[in-house]
Amino acid sequence: MSIVTQPQVVAVPPRDRLNWTILVAGVIVGGWIMLAVFAPWIAPYDPNAVDILHALTAPSADHWFGTDQVGRDVLSRVIFAARIDLLMCIAGVLPPLLIGTTVGLLSGYYGSVVDTALMRLYDLTAAFPFFVLVLAIVGILGPGLLNFFIALALVGWVTYARLVRAEVMSIRDSEYIQAAQCLGYSDRVILARHVMPNAFGPVLAYAVSDSVLVMLAGASFGFLGMGAQPPTAEWGVMISDGSAFIRQAWWICMFPGLAAISLGLGLAFLGDGLGHLRRRQVSA
Amino acid sequence: MVTFLLVHMVPGDPARVIAGDRANPETIEAIRKSFGLDQPLWQQFVTYAGNLLSGDIGQSMRYKRPVTALIGQYIWPTLFLTGYVICLAVPPALALAIASARKPGGLADQIIRIVGIAGMAIPVFWLGIMMSRFFGVALGWFPVSGYGKTFFEHLHHLFLPALSTAIWMVPVLIQSLRAALIEKAGADFVTAARAQGAGEREIFWRTILPNAVLPTLNLFGVIIAFLIGGTIIVETVYAVPGLGSLMINALLARDYHVVQGLTLMFAVTTVGVTFVVDLLSALIDPRARL
Repeated sequence: MSIVTQPQVVAVPPRDRLNWTILVAGVIVGGWIMLAVFAPWIAPYDPNAVDILHALTAPSADHWFGTDQVGRDVLSRVIFAARIDLLMCIAGVLPPLLIGTTVGLLSGYYGSVVDTALMRLYDLTAAFPFFVLVLAIVGILGPGLLNFFIALALVGWVTYARLVRAEVMSIRDSEYIQAAQCLGYSDRVILARHVMPNAFGPVLAYAVSDSVLVMLAGASFGFLGMGAQPPTAEWGVMISDGSAFIRQAWWICMFPGLAAISLGLGLAFLGDGLGHLRRRQVSA
Repeated sequence: MVTFLLVHMVPGDPARVIAGDRANPETIEAIRKSFGLDQPLWQQFVTYAGNLLSGDIGQSMRYKRPVTALIGQYIWPTLFLTGYVICLAVPPALALAIASARKPGGLADQIIRIVGIAGMAIPVFWLGIMMSRFFGVALGWFPVSGYGKTFFEHLHHLFLPALSTAIWMVPVLIQSLRAALIEKAGADFVTAARAQGAGEREIFWRTILPNAVLPTLNLFGVIIAFLIGGTIIVETVYAVPGLGSLMINALLARDYHVVQGLTLMFAVTTVGVTFVVDLLSALIDPRARL
């Protein structure tokens, strides 16, 4: 019995198990999207309705997740918060993705000065710890969700640009691109129809994984008072609110955290599954 | 320069923050002058760059002390915490990565992969609060905040903060080490060793593992960057008087020079660690060039 098995034989899990992972992850993420979209119809209470008489009540049949320090229903707030936290996943990933992909395409395809400048910029950004840089920018622009998105776009696009650039450079000299060039297609058509679709796969898988980080960062910012502002229902803000009452009322902190973990898990497995799927396509 | 420009794009006026809401214009003007804020931006930058060269990164407007002194005061808990986290995170990460890479795709590997992904999806601050509630308040095993005075008190106080950060870091370490191990397992020199008749156990411990350590070492710069972000949050949760708490308080109080100095210091640390790691790998492996 050999201790080290040959990796190429077993490193790829069987197809059915992989699809199963993606399916479960898709159901979790899809479930949260449904909850967020239909929040007003699903949530049993108004998320901001104050009810001092029923403050800090433990989970019960009336309030499944209990109530917080001013009597707001925790379940309703968790459901409504899904709107903000999913928005963070989209608004925190999409702008850097679009900017980075565009710059990376141009820089990888044409090279030259833009490319050199991009690499220097990447070195510069990479020198700062991601979280610290975003934190500093948000602190300077002022706390709030919009500024959080701006900071993410400013810092995040460089990573996407570098990823796309590397892909494009490996595609640039391939035969089908040369064929397209010989046939006299313009650069724009080649970039949009030939380079882009082939370079986008890894970027998409990365973007899904990145959304986990962004969601957690957004919740952390809410917790630190730098992201979404109270009384907005957002998981990080709720945990921050509840942490003062943690001794008497564990449920205020517990449920938003579990919500964040379940969405994070769904997104992480989705990204992981997509990455595997792509790698297998490449190796096949 | 980036940190300088960043900090000076702020819309708020620090002089106004220090003076308070009801200060008269003359007071504000005087404060502004004493900090050199009345000069044009480029002149402020020249002064800043000049001071930077002589190791002076400015004065805290809130504490009325040099930023370097503040950092010197707050750095120890953070350094202690960082070292603690590495001590807690590296041994299990090493063991799990080896278990995982010995049989890629096997049961152990699948479980470790799933648990690893789960570990990364947990918000550190939530984990911190929940652990302090359970181990600190309910069981009373560990203090829930502060830093303590002696070495053993530090160990005791910082156990929960270090553990919450470590839980979050272990998956990252496992993933990179596992990938490196599997990649090296298919390398030509492993086949060569096998052809020479080395036992599988010997191949794994003497051929594959040492070769896989190097790529992991190179990741240390990235990991330090992660760690700095993590400690900022964890220090806030557990009220540890470290650089992370200092950073958050400075941001909330618009204490420019402190934010600027800390951001700069974090960047220098990351670059420094990457550089040291490069040097180390050149020392270990003569093939690696700087």
